[in-house]
Amino acid sequence: MAATFFGEVVKAPCRAGTEDEEEDDEGRKETPEDREVRRQLARKREVRLLRRQTKTSLEVSLLEKYPCSKFIIAIGNNAVAFLSSFVTSSGVWEEVGCAKLWNEWCRTTDTAHLSPTEAFCVFYHLKSNPSVFGSCPRKNLQITVLTCRHVTDYKTSESTSSLHPPFLKALKTQNFKEPPCCSLLEQPNIVHDLPAAVLSYCQVWKIPAILYLCYTDVMKLDLITVEAFKPVLSSRSLKGLVKNIPQSTEVLKKLVTTNEIQSNIYT
Amino acid sequence: MFVPYGESVPDLAGFTLLMPAVSVGNVGQLAIDLIISTLNMCKIGYFYTDCLVPMVGNNPYATSEENSTELSINAEVYSLPSKKLVALQLRSVFIKYKSKPFCEKLLSWVKSSNCAKVIILSSSHSYHRNDLQLRSTPFRYLLTPSVQKSVQNKIKSLNWEEMEKSQCIPEISDSEFCIRIPGGGITKTLYDEGCLKEIAMVILLKFVSEGDNIPDALGLVEYLNEWLQIIKPCGEDPTASALPWKMPSSWRLLFGSGLPPALF
Repeated sequence: MAATFFGEVVKAPCRAGTEDEEEDDEGRKETPEDREVRRQLARKREVRLLRRQTKTSLEVSLLEKYPCSKFIIAIGNNAVAFLSSFVTSSGVWEEVGCAKLWNEWCRTTDTAHLSPTEAFCVFYHLKSNPSVFGSCPRKNLQITVLTCRHVTDYKTSESTSSLHPPFLKALKTQNFKEPPCCSLLEQPNIVHDLPAAVLSYCQVWKIPAILYLCYTDVMKLDLITVEAFKPVLSSRSLKGLVKNIPQSTEVLKKLVTTNEIQSNIYT
Repeated sequence: MFVPYGESVPDLAGFTLLMPAVSVGNVGQLAIDLIISTLNMCKIGYFYTDCLVPMVGNNPYATSEENSTELSINAEVYSLPSKKLVALQLRSVFIKYKSKPFCEKLLSWVKSSNCAKVIILSSSHSYHRNDLQLRSTPFRYLLTPSVQKSVQNKIKSLNWEEMEKSQCIPEISDSEFCIRIPGGGITKTLYDEGCLKEIAMVILLKFVSEGDNIPDALGLVEYLNEWLQIIKPCGEDPTASALPWKMPSSWRLLFGSGLPPALF
């Protein structure tokens, strides 16, 4: 509890996490019905892998069906735009599946009828070189993750006004031996969520993986932010995948312009 | 589950496990950071779990360029075989409803690795203290029945205060009395499970408020040190520096980035 200047007593937020659960436990023991509701919710939240066109589930895990040595993951609109313009627009990429998921924050209420166009995650596989994104049980697998964060998340002893976003930082697992395309993320900066989950998995199970993190002050789709990922094109994972940089830049410009028109409905 | 860092699974039989509860002021976690950093403990594995929010960063205990690029995750295990100490550090909060499953997985690992005892460093909201507690030391301890015989005498000789029972339902005057640790996160759950599963467990906690909790963490490690003597107590060695505990490099910028000069 804390008192404000106006004399009201309010519940102060606790850095150690939410107190809700503790109060629930102390006040009321969980009934078997509560547990069943929770179990059903957990089942609904499961991630499902499907073939996009036919909406059928993939019988085997994606990595078993498509063995690969390089797995590139882009998280967020700028990272995805970079990968679509520079990588999947060069060469022939085949869509091999998508992941559907639902949780209580989704706007649709039913998991069964979530349309494939609403898939948040699509998997592509390079037809000419099937070793890129396929599965080779961990032995020669190398994972690259691309994502963005807001520059206010970046901590430095210098003043934040001296930072010039967008800039790239990297975090790599122990088994990733190649030199990164930019400087490593300095202490005490950390990464959460999906990129952290992927990197944690790779670090624990000794899979070589690298995360390229772009700190930017523009979170919506932005040309300058996407172009900040360009140094990654010289990495071993992406080298050779991009044939024509000027052409890719044109593809990117078109992508950004299309999105701009859609978002500026008041101008 | 425990996943070893190297090729083989380390033998932790007879070791003392130190771990934090994610609690008010993150005091337990700060205290474990001080212990790992001061004793220069080595990483021996990960406690890989889906119960904690994922997070990664570079080595929080880096002392030079060479050792600063090792990736750390949200739950890691460190050891100091010479003192038979093993430390589990938790670096993020629990996902809703996952704290109980975590406690179960943790205690099952403790049992299977044959640790001699578990010491949980924790904290509790200082505003919940009653009048007597306000006037006494802010440190408290709790023992599970399995550990009482072996540590009771030593603890008595230190004149420590045991955590008092309080009303289970504070507003009801004829409510039963039980152990309550508000703001203690999983401390109470671990204590209850420890009693039930006959685990040798000691809980050390301090009454704190949120804020700059570094002094609280230093206080808690000194309290632990009175008992375990993991480093030489300050008083004994006149040549020792004022602060025997080494703060890790990751404690920099705890209150944000540098300020823009234009502010002044």
